[in-house]
Amino acid sequence: MSDRPHFLLIAVAALVYLFLMLPLVIVVGAALSDTTYLTFPPQGLSLRWFENIFEISAFRRTIITSLQIALLGTLIALLIGIPAAYALNRFRIELPKWLGTLFVLPILVPEIVFGFALLKSFTVGTGAPIFLSLLIGHTLIVLPYVVRVISASLASFDFSIEEAAISLGSAPVKTFFTIVLPNVRAGVIAAFILAFITSLNDVSVSLFLTGPGISTLPIQILAHVEQFFDPTVASVSVLLMFLTVAVMAVVERTLGLTFLAK
Amino acid sequence: MTQPLDLQAVSAHYGTTKVLEDLSLSVQAGELVSLLGASGCGKTTTLRLIAGFLTPTTGSIQLGGRDLTRLPTHKRDIGLVFQNYALFPHLSVLDNVAFGLKQRGMTPAERRKRAMAMLERVGLAPLADRAPGALSGGQKQRVALARALVIEPPLLMFDEPLSNLDAKLRVDMRVEIRQLQRSNGTTSVYVTHDQEEAFSISDRVAIMNAGRLMQFDRPEVLYRRPANTFVARFVGFENILPFKVIARDGDMVTAETAGMTLRLSQAVYGAIPDTFLLATRPDGLVVSTDPTAEGLPAQLGLRTYLGRAYQYQCETAAGHLIANGSLTTPLEAGTNVKLVPMPEQCTILASEGGR
Repeated sequence: MSDRPHFLLIAVAALVYLFLMLPLVIVVGAALSDTTYLTFPPQGLSLRWFENIFEISAFRRTIITSLQIALLGTLIALLIGIPAAYALNRFRIELPKWLGTLFVLPILVPEIVFGFALLKSFTVGTGAPIFLSLLIGHTLIVLPYVVRVISASLASFDFSIEEAAISLGSAPVKTFFTIVLPNVRAGVIAAFILAFITSLNDVSVSLFLTGPGISTLPIQILAHVEQFFDPTVASVSVLLMFLTVAVMAVVERTLGLTFLAK
Repeated sequence: MTQPLDLQAVSAHYGTTKVLEDLSLSVQAGELVSLLGASGCGKTTTLRLIAGFLTPTTGSIQLGGRDLTRLPTHKRDIGLVFQNYALFPHLSVLDNVAFGLKQRGMTPAERRKRAMAMLERVGLAPLADRAPGALSGGQKQRVALARALVIEPPLLMFDEPLSNLDAKLRVDMRVEIRQLQRSNGTTSVYVTHDQEEAFSISDRVAIMNAGRLMQFDRPEVLYRRPANTFVARFVGFENILPFKVIARDGDMVTAETAGMTLRLSQAVYGAIPDTFLLATRPDGLVVSTDPTAEGLPAQLGLRTYLGRAYQYQCETAAGHLIANGSLTTPLEAGTNVKLVPMPEQCTILASEGGR
């Protein structure tokens, strides 16, 4: 028996990685092309299509909108999701079982249906501003992730620790912040990242809720591809990719990625 | 700093299920009282009611004249030691112990001084800067004990504190707990399902069953004079025989069951009613091969070896009994013997409707 893995295993693993990475290589290549159309391998090397992203005002605006919506939506989802996850775990015996299911419902319903329902009932029904509709829609689609991830974290939390703190004279609300929250910190950060990325990449719900003047980046990319065939789209994709990698790198350096697997 | 605890007719429900019925219990200042019983008997419910994690449906809870019944837990000033230690994983050993002092608005320097002094007492001062995760079970429970004691609570409560420790450590720790409790003179309530543990460290023990208090007394009394068949069986009186009085002669009473007569002194057992139950441990029945002995005829069944004696399953006209016989003469299954109760090892119980 040798300690080295079998060469077939290495070969299969390499193939899988190639299969996963190849599209990314093509996108990066296309983004760097000097041509005015999408092509691979790139012909000539240029960063002009990256500059072009910021020259097109629609991209500038939608990048900002997407970041705003993702950040605000995630924060609101955390504000609702953390107490919800806490209550679902703390009072698991007392609360009815369907209540937990209620919070994951938005991902069980097909997103297209969900987006359409929101459009019909909320945007059209109340005439609410587009930004607000988008924010509510995104908050709702990321809420299940927040509740699930933090619930998983709380499932291994021993609530007698909380009782110990209360018995020592710490008021219940204060105990939540000084004792419970620090012990599910990893779960909260994981939930934040998952929710932020989900919101940033969402197409189906945004498709229904965007409107005149306000759009998100993925929707703008779609719109751009419908009209132009230049490498700007590839550059935006690369930009998004590096944003995600950057977030992950920061997490890896500060916390280690292993907690995401928990 | 030591105060009496008084529970008056406390009942509790989970939903519509009654889990505690009319419990009245008085713990004197400085006393250690154990709540003993199988799981589901209401002992943990009682502790949680006193701690304030549950609210009684009826009744009141007083601690040193303070009414706790509706007071929120964090204002009750009770030290709690949990089965699973419940240390704060994100705080050092020292900060764990100092936590309660911090809630009392003490300065950091004072907190540190007192927490260190307490850690010194439980022998963990060198580990003050460790994380709780790096400690052994016994060390964790010492930290939990220090954390509960350092706030100098008028009442200290233990919820099965030794269940997660191995047998040897359990014995050491219970001695340590008792010594700390004694030297502080803190009124204490100790919940356990372990009879030996309860009897060894308590001033008094409350034996509970199905949400009711069965008997509340000193361990010596519970062990020798159980008040009812439940407690009798609980403390090891495995043989319970129904007797009828057939003659009274001043202090002496002659009673009969299944062809065996016994003479019992009311000076020893108290007033003996016309029908009663006689309870003995297996040690209280002598296995006699002498056919003329005055005892209950029995046929021996399975023999097991206990180390200090042989134990026999016996069939008698009064039912199935368990007796311990001497090590010098092991007897075979099927042997016909007499079982002779030793009056000093028997106790008398009132007859109860049904068994």
